[in-house]
Amino acid sequence: MTLSAEDIAAAVDRLAEAIRAQTAGAPIALIGIRRRGDEVAERVLTRLAEDDRELSFGSLDISLYRDDFERLHENPKLLESDIPFPIEGAHVILVDDVLFTGRTIRAALDALSDYGRPAKVELAVLVDRGHRELPIQPDYTGITLSTQRPDHVLVCLEKADGLDQIRVIANESP
Amino acid sequence: MPHKDLLDIESLKREEIEHLLEQAIPFKDLFTRSVKKVPALKGKSVLMLFYEASTRTHSSFEVAAKRLSADVTNFDVAHSSITKGESVRETIETLQAMRSDFIIVRHSRSGLPATIAKLTRASVINAGDGAHAHPTQALLDAFTIKEKFPDPTGKRVLIVGDILHSRVARSTSTILKKIGVEVAYLGPGSLVPRTGPENIRRFTDYQAAMAWAPDVVYLLRVQMERQDVQYFPSLREYHRLYGVTDARLAEIRERGLYLMHPGPVNRGVELCDAVMDYERSLINDQVENGIAVRMAVLYWLKPGAVMG
Repeated sequence: MTLSAEDIAAAVDRLAEAIRAQTAGAPIALIGIRRRGDEVAERVLTRLAEDDRELSFGSLDISLYRDDFERLHENPKLLESDIPFPIEGAHVILVDDVLFTGRTIRAALDALSDYGRPAKVELAVLVDRGHRELPIQPDYTGITLSTQRPDHVLVCLEKADGLDQIRVIANESP
Repeated sequence: MPHKDLLDIESLKREEIEHLLEQAIPFKDLFTRSVKKVPALKGKSVLMLFYEASTRTHSSFEVAAKRLSADVTNFDVAHSSITKGESVRETIETLQAMRSDFIIVRHSRSGLPATIAKLTRASVINAGDGAHAHPTQALLDAFTIKEKFPDPTGKRVLIVGDILHSRVARSTSTILKKIGVEVAYLGPGSLVPRTGPENIRRFTDYQAAMAWAPDVVYLLRVQMERQDVQYFPSLREYHRLYGVTDARLAEIRERGLYLMHPGPVNRGVELCDAVMDYERSLINDQVENGIAVRMAVLYWLKPGAVMG
């Protein structure tokens, strides 16, 4: 199955609309999880930019907080995190491209708490594909996909990959 | 391919060096956070095996390991059975039984870290062996230079002092050549090796070396404890001929050159007191960058990996 650039744009619209409806006028900070979550966050930010409110933007690399080092052949390449505002007391909306097991978000929450103590943290995802392994649920969802556990969901975004596309690739082998 | 050990600079490819230098940047960013620690190496153990005195390198590795949440054990060599005649091999077998993930070794004998690396599954990091190598010093020096010159190609670094006995000179000049920096040596004829890489200029006269127009002047520590023979008449004489005197500092400031030194400084020998206030001294940057670079190395090595 393949979703197009239009589907992605509509999903980002839905995210922005839902965030606007829930947080009306209050200052919020969007923090995208690198890499691709920050690109989704940037697009949501662009759509909220006309609102008369305080908007902050940051990006977070969670490599150092992963729980699967032992399983990796090579440790993931670190990217720079950039949170140019105080986390203390902020209303943070974490943004990621795909929500799957929830382990990335668990790592992101740990990373975030090392920067300070936010007043509130919510979660916005472009795609929720199910199969959680931790008690983590999104507050804002762009697209809900029904997938099998071994399937691969490939999200491509303009800046990171050169095009906007989401593909679900069935994986028969267990 | 991940490496198990870091023993010297020669065994690193240029892209591996660039990768490590790049990875040190996000680690350095952590230092400005209120929580400087990350859980990346949680549950891993790091054993510090220092047969030679070292305050800076030892504490730098210790801070790096702790900021990655690893557990650090100091194998106190002075109080260990080594002084009771236990061989290095027996010590390693004991250490192996402790199942450390990383062993950080400093020893006066060249090649000892490599020997240990062959005997253990742990990742071995050479923290200085004899006059052979000091790879993490080289990495932090390269990182410090790249902070000032993001594209260091063709920049010139003049390394001054006892080149012959210096593992810092050897490792640092190797890494600088690999990232495209031009290197020259300056020192007393007795302390500058005549053989070695051909693309390194050799000077014995300070003014001639300055005419080469370096961008960075890198002063080596005079290793008083390591010389059993006198290679130069006196420390005062050394300072007069090769040290950064007040007059030379004025010229260095005029030309806007950066100054580096691996520490600890013998004041009045390599450098005059006024250098401590020189705005282009990178000595403190080197200390801070050392922690970031060592974190990047610990994060990059894979204990148990097959040696390449």
